Amino acid sequence: MSAVLAERGLGDRLTGLFWRRPNLLLLLMIAPPLIWLGLVYLGSLAALLLQSFYYIDEFSGVVVPEFTLKTYVELFRAQNLDIIFRTLLMSASVTLGCALLAFPIAYYAARYARGPWKAAFYLGVMLPLWSSYLVKVYAWKLILAKEGIIGWAAGVTGTTPILDAVLGLPFIGGNSLSTSFLGTWMVFVYVWLPYMILPMQAALERVPLSMLEASADLGASHGQTFRTVILPLAMPGVIAGSIFTFSLTMGDYIIPQIIGTSARFIGQAVYQLQGTAGNIPLAAAFAVVPIVIMLIYLHLAKRAGAFDAL
Amino acid sequence: MAVAVEFSHVSRHFGQVRAVDDVSLTIEEGAFFAMLGPSGSGKTTCLRLISGFEKPSSGTIRIFGEDVSNIPPNRRNVNTVFQDYALFPHMNVADNVAYGLMVKGMGRAERLRRAEEMLALVKLDGYGGRKPGQLSGGQRQRVALARALVNEPRVLLLDEPLGALDLKLREAMQDELKALQQRLGITFVFVTHDQHEALSMADRLAVFNEGRIAQIGSPEEVYARPATRFVADFVGSSNVLPPEITQRLGGPAKWSSLRPESLRIIPAEAAALAGSVTALRYLGAGTRVQIAVQGTAPGAEIAALVPAGIAVPQPGETVGLGFDPAHLHVMEGA
Repeated sequence: MSAVLAERGLGDRLTGLFWRRPNLLLLLMIAPPLIWLGLVYLGSLAALLLQSFYYIDEFSGVVVPEFTLKTYVELFRAQNLDIIFRTLLMSASVTLGCALLAFPIAYYAARYARGPWKAAFYLGVMLPLWSSYLVKVYAWKLILAKEGIIGWAAGVTGTTPILDAVLGLPFIGGNSLSTSFLGTWMVFVYVWLPYMILPMQAALERVPLSMLEASADLGASHGQTFRTVILPLAMPGVIAGSIFTFSLTMGDYIIPQIIGTSARFIGQAVYQLQGTAGNIPLAAAFAVVPIVIMLIYLHLAKRAGAFDAL
Repeated sequence: MAVAVEFSHVSRHFGQVRAVDDVSLTIEEGAFFAMLGPSGSGKTTCLRLISGFEKPSSGTIRIFGEDVSNIPPNRRNVNTVFQDYALFPHMNVADNVAYGLMVKGMGRAERLRRAEEMLALVKLDGYGGRKPGQLSGGQRQRVALARALVNEPRVLLLDEPLGALDLKLREAMQDELKALQQRLGITFVFVTHDQHEALSMADRLAVFNEGRIAQIGSPEEVYARPATRFVADFVGSSNVLPPEITQRLGGPAKWSSLRPESLRIIPAEAAALAGSVTALRYLGAGTRVQIAVQGTAPGAEIAALVPAGIAVPQPGETVGLGFDPAHLHVMEGA
């Protein structure tokens, strides 16, 4: 029996090569995603950024490829600022709504669900993602419409006055739920909820039970434990989830088109500007807004210590 | 002396499993009390019953005379050093130690001053600004200790406090914990599966087996006069002798125990008990000799400890066993 075993072919030769040159394996593994991210993804982002510094000639309607901040100045017109603030407000309230709804679900899944209940949790959270987004949104239109399920249920239970009172609220109310900001918000919250639950659950799963016990042992009430231990430790997950819900809401143009008022959101503005209006520079400048907002948001979150527990 | 902790007929069932089964015990104020037993014997559940993380299925628990059945953990004046230390990773050491004072509403300057005092007590002064992740296992353990003690608990609970430390550090911490307990006069209750740790640190100990207390007493009592076969076997790897061997050694027809260090190797012809050597284990301070005793069921072996410096028999050799009859402990229990 010799001390060295015979080579069994290509597999062994490659194993040997990678053992002698560990960096080669790493390079081969990360090269494809690096090319994808570097060229396709960041490249198109750079092209977008570049477009936003061009402007459109008002007479000919032709894009002039000269560096200017004119297009950005246009963003600050009252009607465009309206769109930005409306989108920002909607994104923030959708994120808040998702966070409040997701927390108990994620907490239950992380702390109590075991075996088949855990499987049921994952299935329940993921199941809505299996059907088309459009189908879900149109289904919600049927639910929220004036003659829809909610209106019918309110009639049967005699709660129509409550529904009318809610719809009578200024700004968020409207003719029916399907033509109000409240309706848009409800559908956004429904559609993006899984994206908040899953990272939150992953973060809560990593908080050991003994840490909660230690807090109680040292005299903290449930509320104090939540504020000083659970929330800070779950924060990276909450932030990850909120990045999803926030940016997905900011970029969406279909939901506000189908459900809600005629007031536009950033996504709709981009869609119309690059399409019918042919104003690519302004569309690009609008598209930069969510990116800037997300960067500011992440910066603030980091400064508040949201990633300290990572 | 007042009674710090009192269990009367306490049981804790998890479904069909009786984790703690009709346990009654009292722990005196100022004691260093050990709960010793193998894993799953109910010792940790008992500790968690005192801290309030478990509720008894039946029976009552009193802490300094007060029935705590309906008192949640945060209102019990006892603190725990957790097995994994459970330090808060997002807070620095000083904030960790001051946590108990913070949730009670003490001002920042005052609580940090007290935290610093506690850190000095566990010899970690100047470490307040570090994060738990930057500390070694031994240092984390001291932080966990300081964090519990800063609240001036009436009872300190320690769950396998030294389990995660290496041998050298463990021995140093044993001495330190003992000294700290004597200095502060607080009742310490600690859980361990390590009989050496229990014997060397505690002034009273309870040996747990299958949810019940097999024996309770001072380390000397438990070691020298084990009440049951289980205790004899678990505390200090004693020889547990069946009734027929006890009789051959001049005792009654009952189970008995005999420590390996109480046995001497003597010539076979002079001995009441003889057998052949099957294995040797060198232990440094001596050699443990396994002997298959003649006239008993195969597999029944007796261990004798031969101190260093005395000739060790070789495997296969037939030897006799001599002992001082005073060391033969007859067990009244099963």
